[in-house]
Amino acid sequence: MPRDDGIGASVRRKEDFRFVTGRGTYTDDINRYGQTYAAFARSPYAHARIDGIDTAAAQAVAGVVAVFTGDDLAAAGVNGLPCGWQIHSKNGEPMAEPGHPPLAQGKARYVGDAVAVVIAETRAAAKAGAEALEIAYTPLAAVASIRAAKAAGAAVFDDIPSNNCYDWELGDRADIDAAIAAAPQTVTLSLVNNRLVPNAMEPRSAIGDYDTATGEHTLFTTSQNPHVIRLLMGAFVLGIPEHKLRVVAPDVGGGFGSKIFHYAEEAVVTWAAAKIRRPVKWTSDRSEAFLTDAHGRDHETTVTLAMDNDGKFLALKVITDANMGAYLSTFAPCVPTYLYATLLAGQYTTPKIFAGVNAWFTNTCPVDAYRGAGRPEATYVVERIVEEAARHLNIDPAELRRRNFISPDAFPYQTPVALEYDSGNYAGTLALATKAIDYDGFKARQAASKAAGKLRGIGFSAYIEACGIAPSAVVGSLGARAGLYESGAVRVHPTGSVTFYTGSHSHGQGHETTFAQVIAERLGVSVENVDVVHGDTSKVQFGMGTYGSRSLAVGGSALSKALDKVEAKAKKIAAHLMEASDADVEFKDGVFTVAGTDKSVAFGDVALTAYVPHNFPHDELEPGLEEQAFYDPKNFTYPAGCHICEVEIDPDTGVIEIANFVAADDFGNIVNPMIVEGQVHGGIAQGVGQALMEGCVYGEDGQLVTGSYMDYCLPRADNLPNFKVSTQVTPCPHNPLGVKGCGEAGAIAAPAAVMNAVTDALRSVGVTKPIDMPATPSKVWAALNGA
Amino acid sequence: MATVSMTINGKQVTGDVEGRTLLVDFLREDQRLTGTHVGCDTSQCGACTVHVDGKAVKSCTMLALQADGAAVTTIEGLADGDVLHPMQEAFREHHGLQCGFCTPGMIMSATALAARNAAPTEADVRHHLEGNLCRCTGYHNIVKAVMAGARAMQA
Repeated sequence: MPRDDGIGASVRRKEDFRFVTGRGTYTDDINRYGQTYAAFARSPYAHARIDGIDTAAAQAVAGVVAVFTGDDLAAAGVNGLPCGWQIHSKNGEPMAEPGHPPLAQGKARYVGDAVAVVIAETRAAAKAGAEALEIAYTPLAAVASIRAAKAAGAAVFDDIPSNNCYDWELGDRADIDAAIAAAPQTVTLSLVNNRLVPNAMEPRSAIGDYDTATGEHTLFTTSQNPHVIRLLMGAFVLGIPEHKLRVVAPDVGGGFGSKIFHYAEEAVVTWAAAKIRRPVKWTSDRSEAFLTDAHGRDHETTVTLAMDNDGKFLALKVITDANMGAYLSTFAPCVPTYLYATLLAGQYTTPKIFAGVNAWFTNTCPVDAYRGAGRPEATYVVERIVEEAARHLNIDPAELRRRNFISPDAFPYQTPVALEYDSGNYAGTLALATKAIDYDGFKARQAASKAAGKLRGIGFSAYIEACGIAPSAVVGSLGARAGLYESGAVRVHPTGSVTFYTGSHSHGQGHETTFAQVIAERLGVSVENVDVVHGDTSKVQFGMGTYGSRSLAVGGSALSKALDKVEAKAKKIAAHLMEASDADVEFKDGVFTVAGTDKSVAFGDVALTAYVPHNFPHDELEPGLEEQAFYDPKNFTYPAGCHICEVEIDPDTGVIEIANFVAADDFGNIVNPMIVEGQVHGGIAQGVGQALMEGCVYGEDGQLVTGSYMDYCLPRADNLPNFKVSTQVTPCPHNPLGVKGCGEAGAIAAPAAVMNAVTDALRSVGVTKPIDMPATPSKVWAALNGA
Repeated sequence: MATVSMTINGKQVTGDVEGRTLLVDFLREDQRLTGTHVGCDTSQCGACTVHVDGKAVKSCTMLALQADGAAVTTIEGLADGDVLHPMQEAFREHHGLQCGFCTPGMIMSATALAARNAAPTEADVRHHLEGNLCRCTGYHNIVKAVMAGARAMQA
């Protein structure tokens, strides 16, 4: 009998009790004794010279404690925010890497760029102080779009007149150009991957605290990776050694990538708390979040696919411009390169691929990883052009994909764009999805819609992602300035309960339950007797955090390795207690036995013996039962699947209704199916949001037009349907749990499925004019009416 | 400063507030009831939803002084000790939450719906939750939870 709380069970989440009762502890829920409040004065201009800051009026506001500017930080030796990934251009030159001071020095470079901070006794006084600052600006010409950046009429940085961060490529351009020129069939598309605002529901918050007795700094922050923040802020920005800097990321209300990065406010409150010898708290309001949380996507791409007359893909060429924003956020440079171009083979055997990527500075909020990070952009390019090819050749889109899939017996499969896929069965997930949506019945449904005056379309997205980020040696060779392993420590207590310390971080993913299930399965301890600790550098020895669907594939593998060590030691103790050789000891369902005898000892007794070692193999072992492991992945993992969307459009209004959305995903082995389904639902919602509703818009002057929920269309309950999700299991062959990761799949797959369906519906009435995401009713209506 | 009195989760409280103090700030900062969350500044997200005299109200849209004399229920007042309210239980059972940040507002909004509609349809629930934003769940499991929770509240 499998455990009802082990691997494969939909265990209800351990963390939910505190969340449904309002007893979670998010950063803004924390208050420190003697706390002050910080408010940031932010540039109202996209690009301006800061001619002077008169702080007298702000200092005079009742309750204001201190005012600091960029010059104050510079004088104190505070460094700029570092970038964690260095890309080299095709000519071998390193990327342009301008400084990013936590408070602007000399110039402000986007609307929202922090210029000064006011610290006061209350939040209201801090805000009043920030408003009272007299900052003299000289507005400068703004570069608000990729187009403006390329035109180079103005420069974001004086010493980078081209606005170009890097000009990077992967593959042999001349070879691919020749293959395309010689091909019997080609299709080309120009695509925009719209800029998005991540919008975790919890706004960012940070509290700096300084212990004058010990010299220890503490930062409470809304982070997906507290150890990474400790490393970046301590070693690069503030010069605080690790043993004097504690970073705590308590309950965090969603991240989606936006809380990976080291932000200016974290460094400022940490530094200021030590300076004024009092805790300093800052909590973003939503308007600040729109202006300053790193944005996502923002690519412009031209793609060409070459085929033979049977639809066999021969070559793919992708030319992309990517917007970096005003500064390089922590992992920004790797998103449009190694997290993007390496995925352009998709699920297909395309033998020749070239990608050329230019990254541009603009006077906009920095752009960095957002759920999927590069992989949604790649999937959008591949799956839109494949659908286009199917229509061009008049081949059923499912059939065209089948003709080009990497076959299940071809793994490991080396793609022409650097990755070696480990396992998969793409025809399998396509078949699951087509069955779930009743693909055979589509024509009848389309006819019924037509009879009702509606347009119906169907669209596929057969996506692949590289997750389980990442093998340190590989990413190091590609410019990463960090390792991407994970650590985990299993502490068995004297009575057999367990605390697991992980460097992963949960901000909604349910680690406290999933990891407990893995432990329950292995040690025979119930999930109630397992607690999972994460998010505190003073408790967890080290970690790289949660992003890139890595927690279970990398952090779970570290757990698995630590459990191996616990089990090995416990076996030796059990062997001693049973007076047997440890080679003869078996361990199952929490009980050690000796083969061929009736001797047994429970795991709890072994744990107790480890801590009360009266009868203990002291010559061989130390007392205690706690083991730590680091796991550095051998390869990425490759979750893949097929999502199909069916839309119905009202031609009178342009309103699109999602009539049906199915997902068939292969995440390898699954620990908690309920949690996995929830991850897929949420990802699809963000993908549908990108396709139909969301779009971050800057004016030509660099003002953010979509700066609130009144302007930025976040999906609401009545914008979305229920989703039909299913899974197929092809275990990952190179990590101990056989898992691949599920967090980003929906956001990666959905945009192409939705847009292919919209395109299909429009073509049913002969409208071939392409529309870009978000496919709002006005755009659809305009396309239908030739406007 | 002015004095304000109200009943919060069955307990009589009195506090001194500025005229501009929002109800949500009074709850979070003065009363330390931090289960009510602030997710936006335009009364769009609903994370701050509480009950004022039995009606679901976005507590960022109301001054503390406007709640003078009112009976306020927050997420902390819903469970009976450690025994969850049926709507809380339904959210747990149906995985209607991930990061938990929107959850208090969702649950307070959902219980208000269930109080006037004992058996809401999926469409009723989706329409009702229009003023509560969630970025994690895609609403799929929230809708399931609210339908189940409303039924359980009748039991």
